[in-house]
Amino acid sequence: MEWLDYTVLRVIWWALLGVLLIGFAVTDGFDMGVAALLPLVAKTETEKRLAINTIGPVWEGNQVWLILGGGAIFAAWPALYAVSFSGFYFAMFIALVALILRPVAFKFRSKRECPKWRAAWDVALWIGGLVPALIFGVAVGNVLLGVPFYFDDNLRPFYTGTLWGLLNPFALATGVLSVLMLTVHGALWLGLKATGPVRARAAHYARWASLGVALVFIGLGVIVHQVLPGYVITSDIVTDGPSNPLLKTVAVMDGGWTQNFVTYPLMWIAPIAGVVGILVARVSLAMHVDWLAFIGSKVSIFGIIATVGLTMFPMILPSSIDPKASLTVWDASSSELTLGIMLGATVLFLPIILAYTAWVFKVLFGRVTEEYVEKNADTLY
Amino acid sequence: MIDSGLVDLSRLQFAMTAMYHFLFVPLTLGLSFMIAIMESVYVMTNRQVWRDMTVFWGKLFGINFAVGVATGIVMEFQFGTNWAYYSHYVGDIFGAPLAIEGLMAFFLEATFIGLFFFGWDKLTKVGHLVVTWLVALGSNFSALWILVANGWMNFPVGSEFNPDTMRMEVTDFWAVIFNPVAQAKFVHTVSAGYVTGAMFVLGISAYYLLRQRDVEFAKRSMTIAASFGLASALSVVVLGDESGYSVSENQKMKMAAMEGMYETLPAPASFTLIGLPNEETRTVDYAIHVPYVLGLIATRSLDEEVPGILELVEHAVVRIENGLIAYDALEALKADRANAVARARFDAHKEDLGYALLLKQYVEDPRTATPELVAQAAWDTVPPVAPLFWTFRLMVALGFLFIAIFAYAFWLVARRQHTAHRWFLWTCLLSIPLPWVAAELGWFVAEFGRQPWVIDSVLPTFLAVSSLSYGAVLTTLIGFVVIYSTLAVIEVGLLRKTILAGPYHTPQPPKDSTSGEFAPAYGK
Repeated sequence: MEWLDYTVLRVIWWALLGVLLIGFAVTDGFDMGVAALLPLVAKTETEKRLAINTIGPVWEGNQVWLILGGGAIFAAWPALYAVSFSGFYFAMFIALVALILRPVAFKFRSKRECPKWRAAWDVALWIGGLVPALIFGVAVGNVLLGVPFYFDDNLRPFYTGTLWGLLNPFALATGVLSVLMLTVHGALWLGLKATGPVRARAAHYARWASLGVALVFIGLGVIVHQVLPGYVITSDIVTDGPSNPLLKTVAVMDGGWTQNFVTYPLMWIAPIAGVVGILVARVSLAMHVDWLAFIGSKVSIFGIIATVGLTMFPMILPSSIDPKASLTVWDASSSELTLGIMLGATVLFLPIILAYTAWVFKVLFGRVTEEYVEKNADTLY
Repeated sequence: MIDSGLVDLSRLQFAMTAMYHFLFVPLTLGLSFMIAIMESVYVMTNRQVWRDMTVFWGKLFGINFAVGVATGIVMEFQFGTNWAYYSHYVGDIFGAPLAIEGLMAFFLEATFIGLFFFGWDKLTKVGHLVVTWLVALGSNFSALWILVANGWMNFPVGSEFNPDTMRMEVTDFWAVIFNPVAQAKFVHTVSAGYVTGAMFVLGISAYYLLRQRDVEFAKRSMTIAASFGLASALSVVVLGDESGYSVSENQKMKMAAMEGMYETLPAPASFTLIGLPNEETRTVDYAIHVPYVLGLIATRSLDEEVPGILELVEHAVVRIENGLIAYDALEALKADRANAVARARFDAHKEDLGYALLLKQYVEDPRTATPELVAQAAWDTVPPVAPLFWTFRLMVALGFLFIAIFAYAFWLVARRQHTAHRWFLWTCLLSIPLPWVAAELGWFVAEFGRQPWVIDSVLPTFLAVSSLSYGAVLTTLIGFVVIYSTLAVIEVGLLRKTILAGPYHTPQPPKDSTSGEFAPAYGK
């Protein structure tokens, strides 16, 4: 396989990073969305249990996309893993706390009848859905702005920002987009799986929030392309050189984030998918075609995340205080051998994972009703 | 220079979160297999009580699994948050097994666990049994890949330092997978998990028998636990991971420290059963020796020497001196990547680069270190002897105790005398926490014994931390302690509630209770 050289492997792993993030957002995204919407769509105890049990049997498997994403970043983009996780230290800690609360909230909530007990775990579930969605969105916004880090000559990373620095208006707006996107996705899942008032309230929410997704996405797109400066490599680009971020130079320039779309107009497919997907979802919702609405939302998530990646390519994590330290596809990856082995493992296992996940979803096909959750109070969440 | 307070706090946070995580892992490993065995019996015999056993022990499994998953997420992310230089330095090798763990094992386990709990009425009997086995298989594969990663920290094979990227890179991935230390650790660790699961089921069954309730349920559970537990307890001791201790310098040092063995012993070395290690005089006082045993377990031979601490420290001095040559060549390479002479010099000595880095604890530039500092750094390669000596012995003693308990339980259940002795049932009940104690002691021996290295002979622990402030790590450490303590209290409370409620908390005797032996259990 001559063609599978270091350059191609790096591009494949850049794409796979996107696949994992998108996989996480379209699967665990609806779990987080449902949890974040819980206070809004479910009023009575049975309604809450109904909403929770639409995701009850699948959230655990969906969450592995996140864990696999973490592992894949560690294995394929170790510099990205090291700089971003230690740099966003407190944001990561808060996200971790939320992610700790989620599994136990699912499991523990149903173990006691006491209303106060259950109300407390409802809050935990809500935090576990909302907070990671917000933090991951805020993180993406900061990556687009550039992150304050540098390396010493041993490639030890240093981060000079603060938690409050992450909460700038632009990043908060990307955080809002992330929350809207995932809650709409969760609401459409409820449209597909729930019944009665829960389903009606979710549909009502999705009708308005889906328009919010489209508007905020387009607005942020205009800001990124017209206002934000972008990061561009100014030295000769070596695509198969050693993964050492200090061997290049980078400039911050106006319009830097629009270059790719000018050079490769085909890339417009991504933002168009982001907008069209969510509009298809909105129309399908009005026409009561629940499955198409859910698919529209998936397409939209795919388009939105792909837009971010394509906007930045080949940048992965730009540095605002020392642009030449920015991590790019060409100098932040693992070795050629590791990328090759990991690709082999992915090609082998990912189809198997997709096959059994599809089978599990098929077994669980059908709506969750109030009678069903009331009849199975002992065995369900 | 790196703040040693930051290093200590980071280590404390890692140790705390890792040891806490490992409260849940062994029970998951052990219970998943026992539940799969119980359900297999159900499918084969079609007797309801076996399904009740699967459901009840499965319920406890689920409570435990939830916290295991939650704390596992922290484990995966904190290499990046708190050990950023480590992540950069060895991510090329260490990240791969973690990612493959997700692909091959955790996806399997987590996807099917939903069906295990919610699929009873959606699947055929055999279909559900397959799901249960896949969950058990997934959790055990998970352990395999995590221990491949951990084994590499203790014996970093198949990799070398690349001066162009300033990090370790993989050269032979098969060597990483079939690392003898990793293989030994895997077998030892999963066996320890099976012992934990078996003792848990044995102890709780003993409790029901003591209270004379749910007797049929408890007897059958006890039978499974006794058989599974005896096999596991034997394997955990026989397949102890000592076999991995002769393969490398640091592993030898770890063993010498565990034995308090300062002088090299002539072959075949004797085993110090007990004694008082004295770090001042570098001897073990009042030692009782068992001839031949150490030589046998450490080298699997009668004619190989087991090196002592003093000899290993002398080796370390030589390796530091070689490492300084590599360090010097690396600095020249950083200034001029085309310097062929420096590259050749670096390649000749790169194996020992890590030893030069030990000096960074004392001086910014290791090349300026005095011979006294070199000697001091060489002694740094000796982990604290007394803690290792004691924890190792306590762990081994517990291992033999488990064999005794399970052997006697097996003898009783084989003769259908489950309830012959109340004192024995009490022993089983009170022994429930002991496998956890043994497992945590084992991790302590393995990882504290690895110090001062985070990657044996490659990267000293103090260099591996993220460049964070002391206050930042202290804040998160306190945060984790608060959350984890709260969860522990809730988890134990829920387990207790579920156990006290018992398998038939809405009293309904098993549908197939044709045998009259059930009646007395409820009658009493």
